[in-house]
Amino acid sequence: MEVRKPHIKSIPYEEWNDNESLEKIIDELHEGGVNVVTGSLDQLINWGRSNSLWSLTFATSCCGIEFMACGCSRYDFARFGFEVTRNSPRQADLIMCAGTITHKMAPALKRLYDQMAEPKYVVAVGGCAISGGPFKSSYHVVKGIEEIIPVDVFIPGCPPRPEAIMYGMMQLQRKVKIEKFFGGANHKQNAEERELGVSNEELTFRNNLGDHRREPIVVTEVPEDFKIEEVKA
Amino acid sequence: MKLEFLSFDFDKFAQEMQNLKDKKGFDYLVTIVGEDFGPEEGLGCVYILENTKTHERCSVKQMAQTQNDTPYIPTVSNLWKVADLLEREVYDFYGIVFLGHKDMRRLFLRNDFKGHPFRKDWEFNDAYTLEDDVEPNYGLEYYLDKDGKLQCKQNKLFEADDYVINIGPQHPATHGVLRLQTVLDGETVKRIYPHFGYIHRGIEKMWEGMTYPQTLALTDRLNYLGAMQHRHALVGVIEEGMGVELTDRIKYIRTIMDELQRLDSHLLYTSCVAQDLGALTAFLYGMRDREHVLNCMEETTGGRLIQNYYRIGGLQDDIDPNFVSNVKALVKYLRPMIKEYMDVFGDNVITHNRLEKCGPMSLEDCISYAVTGPAGRASGWKSDVRKNHPYDMYDKVEWEQCTLTGCDSMDRYLVHINEMYQSLNIIEQLIDNIPEGDFYVKQKPIIKVPEGQWYYSVEGVAGEFGVYLDSRGDKSPYRMKMRPMGVSLVGAFDPMLRGQKIADLIATCAAIDVVIPDIDR
Repeated sequence: MEVRKPHIKSIPYEEWNDNESLEKIIDELHEGGVNVVTGSLDQLINWGRSNSLWSLTFATSCCGIEFMACGCSRYDFARFGFEVTRNSPRQADLIMCAGTITHKMAPALKRLYDQMAEPKYVVAVGGCAISGGPFKSSYHVVKGIEEIIPVDVFIPGCPPRPEAIMYGMMQLQRKVKIEKFFGGANHKQNAEERELGVSNEELTFRNNLGDHRREPIVVTEVPEDFKIEEVKA
Repeated sequence: MKLEFLSFDFDKFAQEMQNLKDKKGFDYLVTIVGEDFGPEEGLGCVYILENTKTHERCSVKQMAQTQNDTPYIPTVSNLWKVADLLEREVYDFYGIVFLGHKDMRRLFLRNDFKGHPFRKDWEFNDAYTLEDDVEPNYGLEYYLDKDGKLQCKQNKLFEADDYVINIGPQHPATHGVLRLQTVLDGETVKRIYPHFGYIHRGIEKMWEGMTYPQTLALTDRLNYLGAMQHRHALVGVIEEGMGVELTDRIKYIRTIMDELQRLDSHLLYTSCVAQDLGALTAFLYGMRDREHVLNCMEETTGGRLIQNYYRIGGLQDDIDPNFVSNVKALVKYLRPMIKEYMDVFGDNVITHNRLEKCGPMSLEDCISYAVTGPAGRASGWKSDVRKNHPYDMYDKVEWEQCTLTGCDSMDRYLVHINEMYQSLNIIEQLIDNIPEGDFYVKQKPIIKVPEGQWYYSVEGVAGEFGVYLDSRGDKSPYRMKMRPMGVSLVGAFDPMLRGQKIADLIATCAAIDVVIPDIDR
């Protein structure tokens, strides 16, 4: 069987921008062949996943207000299933990076991305998140978040209008719809992990803090009056 | 305002500043501008002061003395509490240390940042790291010892058994990326240390390399809900420097646009207060009506948040043919709606219980901490720049300055509600009488401002917003500095919330209306 072309209600396939890169992904998926059973299950699960994308609100500046406007009465992106926003990365499917990322913020963004569970996506909203925007010549602005984390969808604008934000989110839906969930998107183990046999999370932890979790904890300097009362049988 | 600097002997500086405050009544420190005056003069500071009774303003220039490559100036943080954060800002950007200041730490930049970026001889460097920042748990206090040598000692920020939680930088209730390091005793707040800079974009430094028309583009992205006012202050200071005479039409339109912007911001504010306290329905009411305000502005300016409408010498374009009728319809529509917010949320007994006596601050403290805007007016401080230093049409229309005396978060909310009515009043008086005339006074292709220093302020959405301009006669500014509305508001969190519960921090933060890109610049 084949990975189906993603279908979004009310906008015909031909009218979407950037169909080429989507088709490129589909071709890559076809190379290994698609199993009928898992392929059908993939379609079912992706239908569900694409219609309930939960975003981590990472609104640092102006674009965040437009994102709020998207959620309110006039634009109401609850129609497409984007209305649930999470403030914890553990519960989110994607980072909505709406605003400038500065050098002081960059480590926090990277950490939040690392804390998210797979499969995870990143949407870069606005000129600042894409390339530094009007602040490109500043000494304290990251020139595009792609330097730090991989980006799935770019939404240009300063700030993008709510319509543009919704279009970008629907592009992400299309991407989600063609993914292989089984053995694909939710199991992104790289070669290094496979060799070590540890999870991605543990690796990041080790990089940051060193491999101290394996060491036994030795308590020193116990106060003299500290006694362990024996439990009476 | 063209600035005529007072200057004092270095040794008498602290005493003279005390005199200015005590004898001449300059009790409100508007801002401290750090400046690199060039290789001959060196580093120094400009202090802008106001007497809150007579609204007279004065400015003081003080050059720093240097020992071992460390420039220093005596602190004024013992006189005006707001100087605490302002001096840390100067230290961060210029490396000037303030003798007697208890907590000299960086405020905006990372602790491992090399050098002080606003010095003219700083070598540009935009490398960054993804490593965590190592923050000191002490503040430095500099002083001169008996031999006149510069010494420093460490002041601890935390006790050994303090329980510290970080609220932010990624927290929905801080309205952006503010980080409040909060010391707790159980649920009670003991101390709050604000950390800025998570959205510090270095706008003031970028300005120094831009021509005047280029500088305008960045102001709208400060407090994106006060785009018009921010732009107004910037074009105001440049026009004052150049001596541009504006037509009445420009003044009318600017006043109306400023007030529409204020409505936009206050509507979002009333919504967000409700949302932060958990009332999501009231949030949707405000956001619904905000779209109507945006419609009116969008037809003329083409933008929703970033308007780019004012320019040096006037406006970008004339108003839309339907602008007048649309604004009239909006005014008619909004009045009953504001009543509705009060019915739905503002007059609710839960809201009153939640916000009354929450984050109190007395009038004296408000002036000392320079809490301007609606937050200050809720404590009875008549701080409205539109009344005290009228610009454009504000002295020709009838409107009231809203002050209350509750000193708490509830009154801060009510002042915002009252101000919306006043904005509608102002718009109503002007909208029918917009005179004919040019919307733009033609300027030279290359704009140069003559030598001198100016400070121009407008009433922003959350307080006084001012721009200081030091021009050396070039086509780009030598030094431009903003007086952001939020720095002093955040500086006041600590005295407001000491002894209050941690949950009140969220309510106070919501009711005081801070927008972080405006603070960080």
